[in-house]
Amino acid sequence: MISADLSVVLPEIALAVYAMVALLAAVYTAKDKAAPILIWTTSAVFFALAVWLGMSAGETRSGFGGAIVDDTFARFAKVVILVSAGAVLLMSTEHLRRSRALMFEFPILITLAVVGMMLMVSAADLMTLYMGLELQSLALYVVAAMRRDSLKSTEAGLKYFVLGALSSGLLLYGASLIYGYSGTTLFAGILSTIEGGEMPLGLLIGLVFLITGLAFKVSAVPFHMWTPDVYEGAPTPVTAFFATAPKMAAIALFARVLHEAFGTVPGDWGQVIAVLSLLSMALGAVAAIGQRNIKRLMAYSSIAHMGYALMGLAAGTQLGVQAMLVYMAIYITMSVGTFAFILSMHKDGQPVTDIRSLNMFASREPAKALAMLVLLFSLAGVPPLVGFFGKFYVVRAAVDAGLVWLAVAGVIASVVGAFYYLRIVFFMYFGEEGEARLDGAMPPVLWGFLMVSAFAMVAGVINLFGVEGLALSAAQTLVN
Amino acid sequence: MENLLSIIIFTPLIAALILAVFLRGEDAAAQKNAKWLALIATTATFLISLFVLFGFDPSNPDFQFVEDRAWLMGLRYKMGVDGISVLFVMLTTFLMPLTIAACWNVTHRVKEYMIAFLVLETLMIGVFTALDLVLFYLFFEGGLIPMFLIIGIWGGKERIYATFKFFLYTFLGSVLMLVAMVAMFVDAGTTDIPTLLRHEFSAGSLSFAGREIVGGMQTLLWLAFFASFAVKMPMWPVHTWLPDAHVQAPTAGSVVLAAILLKMGGYGFLRFSLPMFPVASDIWAPLVFWLSAIAIVYTSLVALAQSDMKKLIAYSSVAHMGFVTMGIFAANQQGLDGAIFQMISHGFISGALFLCVGVIYDRMHTREIDAYGGLVNRMPAYAFVFMLFTMANVGLPGTSGFVGEFLTLAGVFQVNSWVAAVACTGVILSAGYALWLYRRVVFGGLIKESLKAIRDMNLRERAIFAPLVAMTLLLGVYPALVTDIVGPSVEALLSNYQTALNAAEAATRLAQN
Repeated sequence: MISADLSVVLPEIALAVYAMVALLAAVYTAKDKAAPILIWTTSAVFFALAVWLGMSAGETRSGFGGAIVDDTFARFAKVVILVSAGAVLLMSTEHLRRSRALMFEFPILITLAVVGMMLMVSAADLMTLYMGLELQSLALYVVAAMRRDSLKSTEAGLKYFVLGALSSGLLLYGASLIYGYSGTTLFAGILSTIEGGEMPLGLLIGLVFLITGLAFKVSAVPFHMWTPDVYEGAPTPVTAFFATAPKMAAIALFARVLHEAFGTVPGDWGQVIAVLSLLSMALGAVAAIGQRNIKRLMAYSSIAHMGYALMGLAAGTQLGVQAMLVYMAIYITMSVGTFAFILSMHKDGQPVTDIRSLNMFASREPAKALAMLVLLFSLAGVPPLVGFFGKFYVVRAAVDAGLVWLAVAGVIASVVGAFYYLRIVFFMYFGEEGEARLDGAMPPVLWGFLMVSAFAMVAGVINLFGVEGLALSAAQTLVN
Repeated sequence: MENLLSIIIFTPLIAALILAVFLRGEDAAAQKNAKWLALIATTATFLISLFVLFGFDPSNPDFQFVEDRAWLMGLRYKMGVDGISVLFVMLTTFLMPLTIAACWNVTHRVKEYMIAFLVLETLMIGVFTALDLVLFYLFFEGGLIPMFLIIGIWGGKERIYATFKFFLYTFLGSVLMLVAMVAMFVDAGTTDIPTLLRHEFSAGSLSFAGREIVGGMQTLLWLAFFASFAVKMPMWPVHTWLPDAHVQAPTAGSVVLAAILLKMGGYGFLRFSLPMFPVASDIWAPLVFWLSAIAIVYTSLVALAQSDMKKLIAYSSVAHMGFVTMGIFAANQQGLDGAIFQMISHGFISGALFLCVGVIYDRMHTREIDAYGGLVNRMPAYAFVFMLFTMANVGLPGTSGFVGEFLTLAGVFQVNSWVAAVACTGVILSAGYALWLYRRVVFGGLIKESLKAIRDMNLRERAIFAPLVAMTLLLGVYPALVTDIVGPSVEALLSNYQTALNAAEAATRLAQN
């Protein structure tokens, strides 16, 4: 039944083939000069695949002896990954050209990373999980160090690689323990060994190692150390990419492992996730206060946001998974808009990352400043903007599951976190009049993404663009 | 007219959108257009809201003009007014045109200023009409954004500190309420306020970390709501953001803050704390009484020592809000009627007082009391208006300030006469600081050189004060205008409150036997 198996991974195969063809075509023709075209075609392929996946029917199919599964949950995550990766690619052209880093390998590496992510969210077996994770990570190590001549970029790449390799090792060790104690690598098989009974101690230790490895990928505290350095060191388009698609892939994988392999013992992992969530929210809120570099600030912001998404996961219920998915969709939309703005920050052709350079930006560029204001308040979770609904969802899931302490800690952390978003507003709106420290011009692509994202934060109040229902059916397939 | 309330709520927002999209430029003509559009929009909102007032049936204690549509995740877009909220809607729509007219002299980023006020009006009306918990929270919290900008962009020298303090203080208070709302959602399975008003939240004792929590879940929910509303109100000792915010806010911002935003706390107590958590309210009422009594005396004393006019009025606002909280938790007809009356009346009086400060601030650019003196010689009309509102602030019979204070004190006296006695001293102290302020600013010789050329109020300023003077006097001599409307709703609230209390008491007695 090889054709049935292959049809399950058809989108992944298509994307992988595309990556090879594009690589060969670019190498034998124009090389770096082909990069802009390649970026556009790659995004077009991403969007086309997203539409295809979004349209395809809702039944669950699995292939390769159950190692890969294609269900509503996977499709939801894949669509988010593809759309955000496509958006970030489109936004990156101008910035890369300005910093003379427009290389044709960039879109190809991103494509390979996306293939890895799609495998991750479809994985129903520890081997598939590891393969997807490594394919994604190896591609990302390279893009983090893409600017070979920049000290910070190479440092970021190396740090990411060393710590990433360590976390992969931990994850692999955990997987081997799980295999040793359950006799299978299939999620469904693991679930059946612990059905009803107590979980063997070895399995529990394996689970903890597995969670550690995955927590590293979602940059949850205390496995977050790489995040600020990599965000700061990597070229900004790469940072924008890190903040969006890989986060979705990692947390979707997280949810799938926990629910499909260990779904009968939510008590065993729920408290671990709850602690990770608590620490991430707290550290993300406090540590960003002192940051002046907007990329580092966004790194801590993403740590805090992953903490909220993990809060949904910690609930261990269907509502929790739904809340997590809604939260991620909202977070990624906000991130795309925010990074569209950050990518446009430049002065005399040089990228600028100091938030003080935004001084009185609002009086010169009222429309962009207003869009950014909306995004910042939304990131802070202030109603009536859509970011609030993300927080509301996860808080509801947590309270529903009896984790009131986590919900209270989360909302208090959001108040602390509001401070640093407001500080950017402060620079844009309340500063002293002075010389312009940023150029006003903004490439139309970035402008478009900024405005669309900000508009979505306001208009989404009406019905969240239907994301809620999609997330519900995705959560239903995962948690029965 | 089944979506009348939505029309009222969104008229200012639509005007703000028109301003944002179509108005270009910062020249005098564009500024003038922005101001006129804002004035027309707020006036239109007021005129439309009159339909609600006249169409409202006071004898019916239920929600009227109800709109109900499905929204996200089981939440509902539900709007409606009852006797308690309709007057707050009217207060808001009445004051907003005056507020816009009061910022006619602003020249710095006028378009954005007008947009901020229009958006704020939408959110404020939304707070008083929302009949869904989350919708209420949305409007309640959303108001922070425009106010944050109003203080931060158009405020005084220390505006950054003040606006951050304002935002973070109130945000912290409200997020706890959010968790409580989620807990109510989970417990009752709905966020519909009329349903929740009939839902009995468990009041059985809980034990947490070895301690017994009397009143159980109701107490926890009550405290979470209290954290939010007490900050918003503001009550002593969480009032410290208010003087900073008031002093730094521009005149129009102060007016809205004092006249309307502060009332959201009191409205919240009336809408949520008292009817939804009656057992907890009963348990915690003494705490509220004493906090209110301390607020009245302490902030009045603090007001005596102020040298900045706005700060003095801000502290006097805290003291007056003390009467409101006290009246609400007295939980009898006089107390509640008085609390609502006091809030409405304080809306007119404190708004007018901040406008009075604004009038001379526009001329002299200082709020220091010492910089003035003898204004009566050059500004007789101003002296008259200022005196009227000073007297109303003191609570002179014949002005609306008297009715509210008297009713709340009468209500509290029946429940706790000691608190009433302490609070009464606040009335004397308020006469002290208000009259002393008036004496230092208006009377005495006109000896300061800088004041010798000061001009009396112009036509625009007189036109702003005229409706406020009329309302203060009208409510002072004929308070039934308010009490007739709120009466039946308050009566229904109180009878439900008593029933719930008796039921809980019977249940406890049953459990003990």
